[in-house]
Amino acid sequence: MRIVVDYDLCESNAICMDLAPDVFEVRDDDFLYVLNETPSDDRREVMEDAVRRCPKQAIALED
Amino acid sequence: MRKSITIVGASLAGLRGAEALRRDGFNGPISLIGDEPHAPYDRPPLSKKILAGDWEADRAALTPAERFADLNLDLRLGSRATKLNVDSQTLWVDGEPEAYQGLLIATGARCRTLPGTEGMNGVHTLRSLNDCLAIRTALEAGPRRLVVVGAGFIGAEVAATAVGRGVLTTLIESLAAPLERVVGNMVGEVVAEVHRSNGVDLRCGVGVTAVHGREQIEAVELTDGTIIETDLLVVGIGVLPNTEWLEGSGLTIENGVVCDETCLAAPGVTAAGDVARWLNPRYGELMRVEHWDNAVEQGPYAARRLLVDQPADPFTPVPWFWSDQFDRKIQLAGRPSPDDEIQVVNGSTEEHRFAAFYGSHGKLRAVFGMNRPRQVMQGKNLLAQGASWQEALAVAAAWE
Repeated sequence: MRIVVDYDLCESNAICMDLAPDVFEVRDDDFLYVLNETPSDDRREVMEDAVRRCPKQAIALED
Repeated sequence: MRKSITIVGASLAGLRGAEALRRDGFNGPISLIGDEPHAPYDRPPLSKKILAGDWEADRAALTPAERFADLNLDLRLGSRATKLNVDSQTLWVDGEPEAYQGLLIATGARCRTLPGTEGMNGVHTLRSLNDCLAIRTALEAGPRRLVVVGAGFIGAEVAATAVGRGVLTTLIESLAAPLERVVGNMVGEVVAEVHRSNGVDLRCGVGVTAVHGREQIEAVELTDGTIIETDLLVVGIGVLPNTEWLEGSGLTIENGVVCDETCLAAPGVTAAGDVARWLNPRYGELMRVEHWDNAVEQGPYAARRLLVDQPADPFTPVPWFWSDQFDRKIQLAGRPSPDDEIQVVNGSTEEHRFAAFYGSHGKLRAVFGMNRPRQVMQGKNLLAQGASWQEALAVAAAWE
């Protein structure tokens, strides 16, 4: 599973960071950084939640 | 075990509810009934990207067409639920009765209107895609001036978007500052400054006493006697839950569909989104939350609730929302109240970049951020943990 962020859509609401701070980090420059682009499969449920709850629908998962 | 689910309301809460059931492996029939003609779409872009003309309408689709087919829903668009009887488990759609096994009510809310403006050209509210496109067309036509009544989130966003399109915009708010009812005066004043410095003609502490014009709006008259000539008016003075169709249904209707702490309104009936008023044990009170994130969370919860006798946990979210105005991102987590102490804990209000805590009785109640998403999310976690005021301040002290 690979995390793909559309940075044209992302507006750094940081909901993803709230759900998985080890994978997503919004830094003080207000930009989102993906800390781990390929989280292990046991994290799928949380990653899908991050996809759904992103207000900008900017996150996608690729297998 | 219920073998079929009926969802009334084909917007965010309803669709996310249907998707959750399919994700869980529920194979039975799911009906998704909505009174709008469009496939389910996302509303936040209606006051921003689509109104600005940056996006075409189809980009607001909530679920791509190809994924929609996989959900295998009985999608009935342009269909309106007109009546319900929970004793006989009967739902009427466009006047025709049908039986249901499990029912999720997600009929949302509609805009309040300004008395005396019914049917007047140039007067709009913003809730639906059609509303948005009508306002967009009016903005493109080059109005003399846009007047927005109500500096809540919708009104403030519409004003910001219109100014961005080069339209002379007056924003009228009866309270002393924008968003004041929710965020308090100190933070509201910062929002006021953001609007004024970006060119909005913001007038606070005044209401509208009259709207002049016959078929076409010509002017609005304010409580201070000012008359503002305009050919375009957007009214953003809040919403009312869509519950009229539930009169006589057997459900308790009081400013929404009243539900228990598991979003259950009656046996086999749940509610979610703007229309649901449920007992949130975190706050010990009935709450109706009109936020996007609440619909995303409550829709799936309330849909799943229909398939179990007793859910493991009640629905206890910390409310959270965002609003984009000009280049500022506003976020609020929690539930502030007017008597809360407010303290800026990060950044500065002068730079329009800060986080503030709201607290009372030794507890953290809410966190506001302007271009401080990271701090708001950490604050949201503190709220979820029930942090004390002192604990919260200690965390914030380590932020910089």
